[in-house]
Amino acid sequence: MIRPTDLVGAAMRALRANPMRSALTALGVIIGVSSVVAMVALGAGAQARVESSISSLGSNLLIVVPGAQRGAGGVRGAAGGWDALTLGDAEAIERDVANISAVAPVQNANGQMVANGLNWNTRVMGVTPAYFIARDLAVENGRELDETDVSQARRVILLGPTVAENLFPNMDPVGQTVRLNGGTYDVIGVLETKGQSGFQDQDDMALAPLTTVKRRIAGRRGRGDSISQISIKAASEDVIPLVEADVIDLLRVRHRTNGDDDDFTVQNLASITDAMKNATQTFTLLLAAIAGVSLLVGGIGIMNIMLVSVTERTREIGLRKALGARRGDILNQFGLEAIALSVAGGAIGLVVGFLGAWAITGAMDLPLVLNVETPIYAIVFSGLVGVTFGAYPAWRAARLDPIEALRRE
Amino acid sequence: MAGLIAASDLVKLYTMGDETVHALDGVSFEIDRGGYVAIVGPSGSGKSTLMNLIGGLDTPTDGHLYIDGQDIGAMDDSDLAVFRNRTIGFVFQSFNLLPRLTAQENVELPLIYAGVEPKTRKARASELLHRVGLGERISHKPTQLSGGQQQRVAIARALACEPQLLLADEPTGALDTTTGKEIMGLFRALNGEGVCVVLVTHDLDVAAQARRTIEMRDGKIVRDQHAAASA
Repeated sequence: MIRPTDLVGAAMRALRANPMRSALTALGVIIGVSSVVAMVALGAGAQARVESSISSLGSNLLIVVPGAQRGAGGVRGAAGGWDALTLGDAEAIERDVANISAVAPVQNANGQMVANGLNWNTRVMGVTPAYFIARDLAVENGRELDETDVSQARRVILLGPTVAENLFPNMDPVGQTVRLNGGTYDVIGVLETKGQSGFQDQDDMALAPLTTVKRRIAGRRGRGDSISQISIKAASEDVIPLVEADVIDLLRVRHRTNGDDDDFTVQNLASITDAMKNATQTFTLLLAAIAGVSLLVGGIGIMNIMLVSVTERTREIGLRKALGARRGDILNQFGLEAIALSVAGGAIGLVVGFLGAWAITGAMDLPLVLNVETPIYAIVFSGLVGVTFGAYPAWRAARLDPIEALRRE
Repeated sequence: MAGLIAASDLVKLYTMGDETVHALDGVSFEIDRGGYVAIVGPSGSGKSTLMNLIGGLDTPTDGHLYIDGQDIGAMDDSDLAVFRNRTIGFVFQSFNLLPRLTAQENVELPLIYAGVEPKTRKARASELLHRVGLGERISHKPTQLSGGQQQRVAIARALACEPQLLLADEPTGALDTTTGKEIMGLFRALNGEGVCVVLVTHDLDVAAQARRTIEMRDGKIVRDQHAAASA
């Protein structure tokens, strides 16, 4: 029986005999594996970005907004318009729905903020302390809103980092004042950065007490009892569907609607996250499949060159058989050559793929996500390519009749 | 004395299209251990077919062929490979050395398939190359050797696994007369050491070296002649 090391040695020697040919054959696999690796890393990066940006909106979050759910046919006819949600709704949810850790009514407004001789146009949201819990917000500098700020409708404001940078470059905004829609407000804090959500810059906003915004900043929109949205934080991920159903039931009773004419919509952040994750996953799979085609082409290249090699080395195969090589020895030698080509291609392709992923994610400003399993998959898959496409040429070699083979010139 | 090779009613048929060719048509003979036999005959006489059977490269259609007590007809592919490796040493007209390997590595080839470890195998190859007079050239590639030297490497390779039988197919066919004589001298020396040598040739001068000549024609033995004891 031939020693395994000698088998490997014979295969390596054969590959080294034609370095250019071996390199070009491996190149097919290098391109295939590197593009799969790069595409998968790119997809993982995109997915990580989607997840982090959505989760930055707040975890276990449900958002109730006025207006009907958009169906396939466009906006469903619902009465009520934009003032359908009320503070009373928020209070009822807090009182009657279980498994909730925060309910935060929000009044949106816009305004031109002036300070320090600079101005900045931004969203101003009227909120309660619960909003900080619901949206996982933290203050980087200064303090959060408290109940007194809300109950007394104090003229205080917290700035998002983008606003802070634009109005107070190179200085601490806390303790300064800003002018907004004709009023003056004390800056009591700057929020921690949240980054892009994929929809908008979450740092480009300011927070003021709900009462203050309704009375002084929102203008006509702030009159009456209506609010712009209610953010609800469920107690845990598991109860999100339950809370969602309870909120819908409660609001239908309060608004006297029955589903077809709902004048509100409950957005479930988890389901939006899932949908976007699925979308990126599908996209990644598609990219990887396209890249996989090039791996297939690389495999065909190996098969092609191995068939040429078997034909060229017919005499050698005949001689080896005459000297005592069994069919299995020949099969293994040629099979190993194919596997060595594809695994070497896979290893190099892995490195090239990672470099490619690094360059592309860098250029696209995506996080570089490297999986531990990727190298294992790359090597195993390229090995499988070698086995698959090397099997037929090796079988042809092993089946050669030694007499015919030795006669061949 | 038990014969090394015992053939009885050997038949080998080839089908070529619609035609069946009797390459061997009922051949019987025995060859002793340590014998020196030349098989001669014109092209198509069946001598190459006989040689392929004796070498375990092919199996008979009918009849029995025992070599060193082993029934060739009953062997599968793997058995035949082991048989070729252990019992037979092949010498070809065109040497059949692997051009990428050195003389030593070429001689090592049968030992590789016998599973001999590298150190032992290198020593054995070197020793054999010294024995055929190529001690100085063990790291030369075939292209750096003359025809006679290449055939010596091939003979060393044939001897690697200490076979009972050296099978040589026109071993001098690609060599000039002088070199051919040297190679024949080597065969005679090896035979003197107890190795059975079977030559296939159509060169009568070469055949005259052997102690026995089997002449074939149309798949049959037409003459089986033992030379005078002194030759």
